Amino acid sequence: MTADLTSPETPEESRRVGRRAFLGLVGLGALGVVIGGKVQSALSSAAGSGLGGIFPFGNNFRIYSITGNYPVISPESYRLQVSGLVDHPTTYTLSDLRALPPTTLVKTFQCVTGWQVPDVEWKGVRLSHLLDAAGVQSGAVGVTFESYDGADTESLTLDQAHLSDVIVAYEMLGKPVTREHGGPVRLYVAPMFGYKSLKWLSAIRVVDRIEPGYWEQNGYPTNGWLDGTTGNTNPRLGLA
Amino acid sequence: MDATDDSTPAPGVLVRFDAVQRTVHWINAVLFFALIVTAIPLYFGSLFGLVLPRHAVEQIHLYCGLALPVPILISLVGSWGRQMRRDLRRVSYWTRDELNWLRRRGTRLVRADKFNPGQKVNTIVVGASIVVMLGTGAILKWFQPFSLSIREGATFVHDSLSFLLVIVILGHVVMALTHPDELRSMFRGVISAHWAQRFAPRWFAEESASLERASDSLSSPGEGVGSRS
Repeated sequence: MTADLTSPETPEESRRVGRRAFLGLVGLGALGVVIGGKVQSALSSAAGSGLGGIFPFGNNFRIYSITGNYPVISPESYRLQVSGLVDHPTTYTLSDLRALPPTTLVKTFQCVTGWQVPDVEWKGVRLSHLLDAAGVQSGAVGVTFESYDGADTESLTLDQAHLSDVIVAYEMLGKPVTREHGGPVRLYVAPMFGYKSLKWLSAIRVVDRIEPGYWEQNGYPTNGWLDGTTGNTNPRLGLA
Repeated sequence: MDATDDSTPAPGVLVRFDAVQRTVHWINAVLFFALIVTAIPLYFGSLFGLVLPRHAVEQIHLYCGLALPVPILISLVGSWGRQMRRDLRRVSYWTRDELNWLRRRGTRLVRADKFNPGQKVNTIVVGASIVVMLGTGAILKWFQPFSLSIREGATFVHDSLSFLLVIVILGHVVMALTHPDELRSMFRGVISAHWAQRFAPRWFAEESASLERASDSLSSPGEGVGSRS
């Protein structure tokens, strides 16, 4: 292929700028990956909520469902079971939960895949409150969560479950949690990536063995701490 | 279309795209289409909370994305990739005239090669985009080794560039539909010498010269008969 382009005006005059442009554009893409997070935050604060709604410049929630549909649960029929290795298995209605002392958190919601929504307000009951009320038995090591969608499960160690910013949330951004966002009641595990905050929470079971949840079985770390990419090296609370 | 079509075009026509190039082009077209069709519900669905079998759509998107570069790479190696490699060189090399054309945003006439400067820009942009989309897509899929800031950057680049790519590809389709001769050559391979003379004079001159060489060598058998490269 070397002597192919021997038409009179080609070889001497022409320059191989195409390859340079190609490599330059690839480099630009790599640069975008490095600074893209910052660019996005700047753009989303500049654009406000208008354009940011559709284009990738805004900080928006991205909603994933693992079953292909969102369970429909009316606030009246909602029930939360607390069971397993506890002295007093309990079933809560939504109004039972609302009657308990509320906790409000304002935090950045961070997805493990790289999107975030800053300053999201959550209101709910501390998980530790529900566990203490049920009376965790000795021999218990963790908590397993189940979802109304019938597929998603999650788990926390008992230590993690007792953190003050792990709540059973019924309000998000000042309104009842919507169906897409896991309403009427979902888990919100503030110090961890979004996938730990199980939606459509139906049951809390205290267990003697941590079982990896849906996302963990699909390769996500069981300890989804926000400040580490893998849970096992996190100094905060050790292994699950 | 049998193999002889490529090496011995009928009089008055030139081979614009050989069978390898046409095959790769149409495989790419199908994969790009599948990528865009699956990207729309993945992106907008997650923004608006639409109900969809997300996992299945994700898998299709993933495998089409991973498959996209494979035919291109295969088409570039080996003896079957000769024409593909030649055309890649054409895209890479720019004459001063072509660079001027670019600087003046297409207002200056240029004695075009097989591909005009606009087509060259399109090829380079799409080619680089494939690499960037593949890289950022891989970061999104296998994100564990990467820091959060890199994941955010990859999401941002992958999403933003997809908007640009859709526009570029739509432009490509519009150009194809409004240029039936060129579009036909992506099905049949050949284009009229008349077209080449008019729109790709530098390529036409080169092809004519090599055809002359080939017919010269017919008189001395055993020397590169039918080789058009």
